[in-house]
Amino acid sequence: MGDHHHGPAKGLSRWLFTTNHKDIGTMYLWFSFAMFILGGSFAMIIRAELFQPGMQLVDPLFFNQMTTLHGLVMVFGAIMPSFVGLANWMIPMMIGAPDMALPRMNNWSFWILPPAFLLLASTLFMEGGAPAFGWTFYAPLSTTYAAPSVTIFIFCIHVLGISSIMGSINIIATVMNMRAPGMTYMKMPLFVWTWLITAFLLVAVMPVLAGAVTMMLMDIHFGTSFFSAAGGGDPVLFQHVFWFFGHPEVYIIILPAFGVVSQIIPAFARKPLFGYDSMVYATASIAFLSFIVWAHHMYTVGMPVAGELFFMYATMLIAVPTGVKVFNWISTMWRGALTFETPMLFCLGFLVLFTIGGFTGLMLSIAPADFQYHDSYFVVAHFHYVMVAGAVFSMTAAVYYWLPKWCGKMYSETMGKTHFWISFIGFNLTFFPQHFVGLAGMPRRIPDYALQFADFNMMSSIGAFIYGSSQILFLYNVIATIVSGKPVSDDKVWDGAEGLEWTVPTPAPYHTFETPPKVDASHAHS
Amino acid sequence: MTTETSTEYEKYYVPEKSKLAVCATIGLILSIFGASYGLNEMTFGDGSGSWGILWVGLAIFAGTLFVWFRTTIRENIAGMNSAQLKKSYVLGMFWFIFSEVMFFFAFFGALFYVRNLAGPWLAGEGDGGRMNGLLWEGFQYSWPMASTPQESIGGAGNQLIANNGTFESYDKSMAFGDASAWYAWLPLWNTLILLSSSVTVHIAHLGLLDGNKKKFNLWLGLTVLLGIIFVFVQAYEYYEAYEHFGLTLNSGIYGSTFFMLTGFHGFHVMMGMTMLLIQWIRSVKFGHFTADDHFGFEASSWYWHFVDVVWVFLFLFVYIL
Repeated sequence: MGDHHHGPAKGLSRWLFTTNHKDIGTMYLWFSFAMFILGGSFAMIIRAELFQPGMQLVDPLFFNQMTTLHGLVMVFGAIMPSFVGLANWMIPMMIGAPDMALPRMNNWSFWILPPAFLLLASTLFMEGGAPAFGWTFYAPLSTTYAAPSVTIFIFCIHVLGISSIMGSINIIATVMNMRAPGMTYMKMPLFVWTWLITAFLLVAVMPVLAGAVTMMLMDIHFGTSFFSAAGGGDPVLFQHVFWFFGHPEVYIIILPAFGVVSQIIPAFARKPLFGYDSMVYATASIAFLSFIVWAHHMYTVGMPVAGELFFMYATMLIAVPTGVKVFNWISTMWRGALTFETPMLFCLGFLVLFTIGGFTGLMLSIAPADFQYHDSYFVVAHFHYVMVAGAVFSMTAAVYYWLPKWCGKMYSETMGKTHFWISFIGFNLTFFPQHFVGLAGMPRRIPDYALQFADFNMMSSIGAFIYGSSQILFLYNVIATIVSGKPVSDDKVWDGAEGLEWTVPTPAPYHTFETPPKVDASHAHS
Repeated sequence: MTTETSTEYEKYYVPEKSKLAVCATIGLILSIFGASYGLNEMTFGDGSGSWGILWVGLAIFAGTLFVWFRTTIRENIAGMNSAQLKKSYVLGMFWFIFSEVMFFFAFFGALFYVRNLAGPWLAGEGDGGRMNGLLWEGFQYSWPMASTPQESIGGAGNQLIANNGTFESYDKSMAFGDASAWYAWLPLWNTLILLSSSVTVHIAHLGLLDGNKKKFNLWLGLTVLLGIIFVFVQAYEYYEAYEHFGLTLNSGIYGSTFFMLTGFHGFHVMMGMTMLLIQWIRSVKFGHFTADDHFGFEASSWYWHFVDVVWVFLFLFVYIL
């Protein structure tokens, strides 16, 4: 053990055996980007098939495998691990801690992810094919009628759950126990707050998902009848259990994104965040409400009217804390000294497009109207506005914002801005027309469609190819920065940036805050 | 805001690089690979099955956990753990138990749903009731429902889709409630055993706080013994269920929820028992634990109280109500 003032080890063993939060954060970020490319290429196959009506490239079973794996890989492989990686890098530096609270478990949480996804992807080559029942894996499609690969899928979900739970416990322990003296809860940067609440949600609902897939496993292999009416169970029970996990899950994805935006907008508005306290309370309210709205995903399944009404009103309530957040971000920018570097551009893109996604969510929350929208492309458009323009845009903003601090070099602003505008145009071209075809009745997850949807679908596909290829520019920009970017010497890379992470040297040394820093008012929340 | 004490902060021990995580990963992934291929009855080219991979994986996993806990115990004995690090372990255990609570929450939720909503709907009640005429007309709902709707209106012969078509015929009688005498009712005994084991583990804790290691060892050993008895009684109950009551995993939704809840609870009892047994061995053989440093024991006892509380709910909602 001995001396702690050491640098990173050499070679592969540095990454395999590391306990350093920055190494682990880096691995999470690269892994999630790889999964983003993999899930994105599944999406490209989907859009290529939908380029024209009729069956063009792939057979329907393979198309179903693509929609399923696209969703699973993006949610569990790309978005969630990317924010965990960000949490690993930033939370210890933001609260003045030497590392995460439980460093060895931290490494384990990461390392079970890649083999689990490898196993999941390997089902593509199994007899019967990969899971083909949609990322929501409704019974009985995923039980009675599933291919043998569903068993592997179930165990992979267990492993992903174990990873998330361990990662979250680590984050909770770090935030509750490792804050530097003087860093009270209400002085924490908002990114730390949103992650604390997200971690709580994860510990609460990932075990419920584990329960759901365990019941599937029992139904498939051990003859129980949880999800089979023939045995006295109910397939609708699956949907309830799944969405009890699934709705908090979508906030698990978006809350850290809120945190990122709440860090970046003040930095480029050169003003403190407007309404810090209300941001914290709004985040907590959203988390609470996320537990009592799950059935709005299943209005058409045949619930009692009282249930429909309860879930409709509870869902609409969420607009209130979310509105508080949006108005706080706008107020932060009001009369600020705004500049529009790449991170800020992505945050503004987030703000506009996420709000659109929020509004379509409000439309979907109206139970009688949802009977028209349900399982149509309108839903697809809605959740891609919040998942892609919400979570992925803010994640991209975070990479541009903190990359100089991570590697000590500045990215190319021209390339970054080009990346933003291509992404912004490509994204809207992809998903905005989907609102129209959805309202006109085009169902999701179907490889063919009626002729009248042809034009909008072609636009969608072209947009998707543009958005997809813009990520290559992003990858190139990041690698070029790391390899040959212009060195940054300033500790505080952005002149408006606030927070403890900007008080350490640039690039951030391998170990930071081995003794706790002194926290004064100027380092309190940005 | 500064504090004067910040200069004399205890150093937080950040371990050097460690192979534990990678070994545990190998064990875990081999286990799920072996289990999923084994369950699908897939074999390799030479005809050998996949279950062997599961056992190898589990062995690696168990071995890694052993080394992992041994490492942390040695670090603590070597005095490397600051008060702050110890608090991290406390928080970790607390939130782990919370996640376990939510795992059981899913199964209890399923139980409430089928008992109060899905069952009555199948029998034609309320908004969901129209399917009764289409599926099993004349089906009457009652709980415990140890048969399938099809069987209850005339046999499983025509059943095609339920449970992957693997139905067999069972002679069913849910007789747990009408056993001839109250003292023959195993769940009651199990309740008494588990509740008293929570008391004994607490007495052991009190002994340890007094510095009375003899008392600690005695009462902790007793707790482990009670845990073992519980598992045996539960196993006997399963035997009775399968052999005499026709209550099996296949016997409709009651069998599903019954074995899921009691089975996972029993599994957690075994885990908790193993944890306590290890603490007992540590204390008896190696003289570990002092009045003010015994988190390994305390965490295990929290876990034990947790399985006890789950059992109270189980006893109420599965056996009595």
